[in-house]
Amino acid sequence: MKLAAFDYASPATIEEAVALLASRSGNAKIISGGQSLVPMLAFRLAAPELLVDLKQLQGLNRIDIAEDGVRLGAKVRWCEIERNERLKGAHPLLVEAIRHVAHYQIRNRGTVGGSLAHADPAAEMPGIAITSEAELMIVGSKGKRIDKASDFFKGSLSTSLAPDEILTEIKLPPWLVGRRWAFLEFALRRGDFAIAGVALYYDMVGGNIADIHIGAIGVGDRPLRLHAVEAVLNGRKLDDVAIEDAAKAARESIDPPSDIHAPAEYRRALLTTLLARALRQSAV
Amino acid sequence: MKVNFELNGKRVETDVEPRMTLADCIRDHLRQTGTHLACEHGVCGACTVLVNGEAVRSCLILAVQAQDERVLTVEGLSREEALTPLQSAFRKHHALQCGFCTPGFITTAHALLTEEPEADEDRIREVLSGNLCRCTGYLPIIEAVLEARSAYTHKDDK
Repeated sequence: MKLAAFDYASPATIEEAVALLASRSGNAKIISGGQSLVPMLAFRLAAPELLVDLKQLQGLNRIDIAEDGVRLGAKVRWCEIERNERLKGAHPLLVEAIRHVAHYQIRNRGTVGGSLAHADPAAEMPGIAITSEAELMIVGSKGKRIDKASDFFKGSLSTSLAPDEILTEIKLPPWLVGRRWAFLEFALRRGDFAIAGVALYYDMVGGNIADIHIGAIGVGDRPLRLHAVEAVLNGRKLDDVAIEDAAKAARESIDPPSDIHAPAEYRRALLTTLLARALRQSAV
Repeated sequence: MKVNFELNGKRVETDVEPRMTLADCIRDHLRQTGTHLACEHGVCGACTVLVNGEAVRSCLILAVQAQDERVLTVEGLSREEALTPLQSAFRKHHALQCGFCTPGFITTAHALLTEEPEADEDRIREVLSGNLCRCTGYLPIIEAVLEARSAYTHKDDK
């Protein structure tokens, strides 16, 4: 459980950080909180030549709440989201999801950008990014680009980030007043990775569900958006029949993995149950 | 690489490989062995220390990342003359048996109560869920932390 040897750099600017990443052609990794990366290094699942620490970079730890949405800098830590009183109104779904991230000590170090770039299919932040159609700001040797969350996640622990690119910020679309939402996940112990989880929100138009967004974690090789389930619910009243139809559509639209934590059929049943509960909870 | 930080109120400097974790640095280089290492991958909480007042897992921080930071270990939370209120409460409630996990519980509980001296039982349970103990069954630990709260409310402990 000792890490393989690597070089370490702690640049002062993002340009320097990008240049350092580019200098090792794919054998350099970014470290910030290190709460996902250091375990990977400890297990020697990753053995980069160089770690580029974002510690000294300025301006990546802002939480901005504006009319065009909520922006979180890549270095924003989970504990900062938890403590931010304005976020509770500006994005209650985000705050509730982040309450489920790991444990107290890890929430003091782990960052938004780290979780997104690590891209664990069961992680909460990628799930929220997918559910809410977030945009990701990325800087690399070729300049800046913006990626949609739906294009960013490529598979388990795999993203669109090039070896010389750094994720700098995530932007969540504005949260409408009166919006209904729920976030539920199930893990064997508090703070563990979810076996399955669901995030959803919608608006009410004339007593019917409008523009529902449903995301699922832990049931695929990446966080999933359940478009087929959304299609079943949009324009309908949220009643028992609608919930039953949604659960059926969810069961048919996922193909979860089997591993030591749970077989595929268990995950499918769990997600269906969580979805039904989340829909009921959102209506209260 | 040279790394220089504050450990339990004293400035320390040592030469480490970048791959050395803060936990190994504290134990093997600086010989403060109160911080215990069990899982070494961020699951058990035994190695919890405070960095700038916040509880963190020292096995998931590189020693070089502690440059210029303020690190407090379980050694920094004890007094020569007597047990601290938190230590006394652990003793009174039999909140340890083998004691291996105890430094992690003490540092975590200290960080929590310093910031939230009014933490209720649910909050204490939530926070301590990041620490594993194979002896006590946890209930005595929760009782001890609940009892130690009053000392933090009165601010007579640091």
